[in-house]
Amino acid sequence: MSDGHDWPLWEVFVRAKGGLSHRHVGSVHAPDPKLALAHARDTYTRRQEGVSLWVVKSTDIVASDPADAGELFEPAADKVYRHPTFYDIPDEVKHI
Amino acid sequence: MPSPPAFEKDAEEKAKRAPDSGAFDEQTPEAGSDPLEDAYYDYLCRLGDDALVLGQRLGEWCGHAPVLEVDLSLANLALDLIGQATLALGHANNGDGDELAFHRDVLDFRNCLLVEQPNGDFARTIARQLLFSTWQHILYRELTESPDKFLREFAAKAVKEVAYHRELASEWTIRLGDGTEESARRMAEGLDWCWRFIPELFEVDEDLEEMIARQTVPDPRGFEAEYYAAIEDVLGQAALAIPADQRPILGGRRGHHSEHLGHLLAAMQYLPRTYPDATW
Repeated sequence: MSDGHDWPLWEVFVRAKGGLSHRHVGSVHAPDPKLALAHARDTYTRRQEGVSLWVVKSTDIVASDPADAGELFEPAADKVYRHPTFYDIPDEVKHI
Repeated sequence: MPSPPAFEKDAEEKAKRAPDSGAFDEQTPEAGSDPLEDAYYDYLCRLGDDALVLGQRLGEWCGHAPVLEVDLSLANLALDLIGQATLALGHANNGDGDELAFHRDVLDFRNCLLVEQPNGDFARTIARQLLFSTWQHILYRELTESPDKFLREFAAKAVKEVAYHRELASEWTIRLGDGTEESARRMAEGLDWCWRFIPELFEVDEDLEEMIARQTVPDPRGFEAEYYAAIEDVLGQAALAIPADQRPILGGRRGHHSEHLGHLLAAMQYLPRTYPDATW
């Protein structure tokens, strides 16, 4: 099998059930958006993993540069007061 | 969604104990007692064998498809179809669909000739899928209205699966037809190969006539125009010409198969016949 090298790569996001966010689950090769959805469906939702699918061309994702991780993320490390840990979350709230 | 009745292990014993007046009880079909029972059994075999044989054919692509994603797509279609075959053949044979799948010989198979045709290249596989799934989808859609409980519930589950098969085959037909010079040529050749097997899908013989007369199943001639319009629409989007009419080839529904089915069955039936008690 060829690796579909002339087909663009698409990132796949699956919403497991209503109320949850779409989560990145992997990627597929496909020639166009419609078949990207079909391939995502056939590859990642064969076992009832989801109720909704997003596919996004990998090249359309703007990613941070790992080399910038220091300036982007480390300043947050010592700011514990930003964590919502000073009050109790009701049991009924499942996904927070 | 309603699911078909579960097979009860002691159904056969129950049937023996059932009073004679219960001959029409749908749990205890007695082949031979009524022409409809024969026709009904035959109809279930047609539904089941179409799905089984095409499922087996599509399974042959496993590990050989052009790309990994397509490999998974085709295997998914195959599994849908084998699930449908399990239901239909199981209902025909008191829950033991395996006996029909693995222990009948080629003359007893009731599938249409289209589904047993060899895969050929990817384009011919897609042509076969387009021509068959479009027909199967319309048939199942109509069967969801059947007064027969099993057929109605079977169709309600399967129609969603086949809607996707039809959609996927249509999309691929359009891409191959409207793709490169080579893909368009292969797609046209694939359609040309499969075209002569379409009339069989709309053939009505005595058994089917019997079922139609009792209003249990749709008359396929009733949706023939819709079928051709749908195919022509897809071929139009694919920039493909409608193949010229060819001399139709019929006979699958009566067990007159092409030489290809025997080879398919040999591969499919070898294991359970050689090792009857094998489990996994």
